[in-house]
Amino acid sequence: MEQFINFVKKEFAHVWRDKKTLLILFGMPVIQILIFGFALTNEVKNSEIIVLDQAKDQASQQIIGRIAASRYFHIQSSVMNKEKIEEAFKQGKIKMAIVFPAGFNETLLHQGKAQIQILADASDPNTASMLTNYVSSIIQDYLNSIDKTAVIPYSIVPEVRMLYNPQLKGAPNFVPGVMALVLMLVCVMMTAISIVKEKETGTMEVLLVSPFSPLLVILSKAVPYLILSLINVASILLLSIYVLDLPVNGSIVLLFAESTLFIITCLSLGIFISVKTDSQQMAMLISLMGMFLPTVLFSGFMFPIENMPYPLQLISNLVPAKWFYIIVKSIMIKGVGFSAIWKETLILGSITVVLLAVSLKSFKIRLA
Amino acid sequence: MSGPFAIEVNQLRKTYGKEQLVAVDDVSFHVNKGELFGLIGPDGAGKTSIFRMLSTLLLPEKGTATVDGYDVVADYKQIRETIGYMPGKFSLYPDLTIEENLRFFATVFGTTIAQNYHLIEDIYVQIEPFKNRRAGKLSGGMKQKLALCCALIHKPTVLFLDEPTTGVDPVSRKEFWEMLKRLKEQNITILVSTPYMDEAALCDRIALIQNGKILSINTPQNMIEQYPERLFAIKADQMYKLIKALREYPEVMDCYAFGEYAHVSFKGALQEIKLKAYLETKGLVQIEIKPAAPTIEDYFIKLLKN
Repeated sequence: MEQFINFVKKEFAHVWRDKKTLLILFGMPVIQILIFGFALTNEVKNSEIIVLDQAKDQASQQIIGRIAASRYFHIQSSVMNKEKIEEAFKQGKIKMAIVFPAGFNETLLHQGKAQIQILADASDPNTASMLTNYVSSIIQDYLNSIDKTAVIPYSIVPEVRMLYNPQLKGAPNFVPGVMALVLMLVCVMMTAISIVKEKETGTMEVLLVSPFSPLLVILSKAVPYLILSLINVASILLLSIYVLDLPVNGSIVLLFAESTLFIITCLSLGIFISVKTDSQQMAMLISLMGMFLPTVLFSGFMFPIENMPYPLQLISNLVPAKWFYIIVKSIMIKGVGFSAIWKETLILGSITVVLLAVSLKSFKIRLA
Repeated sequence: MSGPFAIEVNQLRKTYGKEQLVAVDDVSFHVNKGELFGLIGPDGAGKTSIFRMLSTLLLPEKGTATVDGYDVVADYKQIRETIGYMPGKFSLYPDLTIEENLRFFATVFGTTIAQNYHLIEDIYVQIEPFKNRRAGKLSGGMKQKLALCCALIHKPTVLFLDEPTTGVDPVSRKEFWEMLKRLKEQNITILVSTPYMDEAALCDRIALIQNGKILSINTPQNMIEQYPERLFAIKADQMYKLIKALREYPEVMDCYAFGEYAHVSFKGALQEIKLKAYLETKGLVQIEIKPAAPTIEDYFIKLLKN
């Protein structure tokens, strides 16, 4: 055990002393999150919308006032008929339209329940879902404010219609995607490189000709990257919560547990690559081409899997990042618990077990 | 449970790749306990392959070998407990300091620096002033000394040194061999390989190896004594012309450049005046002819010619 701890310490020394790698390790996730985040907030701020107020009563005016005050929306104009709305959508002038039915306030007060129609341009599904979420929360806010005086709780049902892309296919949420990407990069590439480096410098020869078990050599190489990756997960989450206002709706503990599982998947892949290659360049190329690209292509982060031809959809099932992406999205955004994602977890776990078994088995106790 | 020999090699064979390039061709030899045994041969002779098979890093294709009585295939774990191995390439962590490297290898072998300090003391004191310097910033000689310390720190019974002095300056090389002599006194068996013929004379016994085959095994002294002919060193103002002229001279058996001289052996007794006259007709001046003591290199060249 003391040997193992010493070995892990040595691995940490390698990481700390290589300042450039260290910068990449911790800088990359921060920069990626900020770049994606900046691009995203830019789009959603001051979105042009149209309001069609057929009620013109107290409730509708108050809601419109709240929407207008929000920094997310800019009410372009108020129109009086539906045809104008369609025209504006087609010309690409607006991202969203809100329609209040006639007698809105009355219905709400007497029946305790009213409807609002929200139309969104879902050709940009990400923005569309963000905008409708904002409106929904503004309406919820309004209800909370009038509820205090009411006997029965009021409710306003927003009738959301996603125009042009009703199922919101591939609505990407970049944080889970970036998380999968960063972990893939850090774990696969760094582990592979750090093991292959020992092969290149000849230190692997010395380590093999020692009583230290080859299995432990590999494990002690993996431990530092497991820890570094968890730090990366934490920094991504902190950034997304405090800089991007994107809270984690589900359990943080569950999220970290699932991340650890995915990190182990990536580490196994890295070990496998290192076993099969002899030079750092080769290890880097394979990690980038063989791992990074499929992650971008098949995780559903950039390109919706549902739109792919069937054979590619099948292939995507083999990409661990796809399952991790689904899991993280579910926990972070939908806020579901383990019972909702046990299937994905099981698949990811199985992939991990297979990869780990294969890579440990193919690890050679000799040179050739 | 160890046999009479520290290392015993029987008909060892190794080929590489689909073309079955023979790297080690039915090699057999043994090394006595406490012996300093040298594998001498040019680059690509198969020295490193033999080292890797003996240190359990490569599987032999045919033949058997034991180290300390353990079989290199079946008992590889026991061998890895007992031997020290220093690969040809610089094999330490360049981003760790001298002390960190040494401590790391000590723990990997389940020991501490303090426990076996006496073994490495002679060597380590020379690099100790720089112990906080990173290994990557050391000179070639210091690197080799550190590597030797790391290979010795667990008190191995057999030490494998694969070309330890390649790329090291002459002074450090000399120091290095003096260290090996001292280690021998600690009863550590040492198998060392080198492409430098002058180092061969410093071993107890040597095996001359070429193209995967052992040409001869003997003590350096015996090899020199076995040299069959009388050897002469001849010098003139133009080396190339001299060798060309000598090779055309009917009495000459062998002739090759050896430093600033040409080493020459003759079929019969040398008639110095006749030879000198011949060389002068070829336009050579400042001719010097003297008897030369054969070296391992002469012996090796002789073996290669036959």
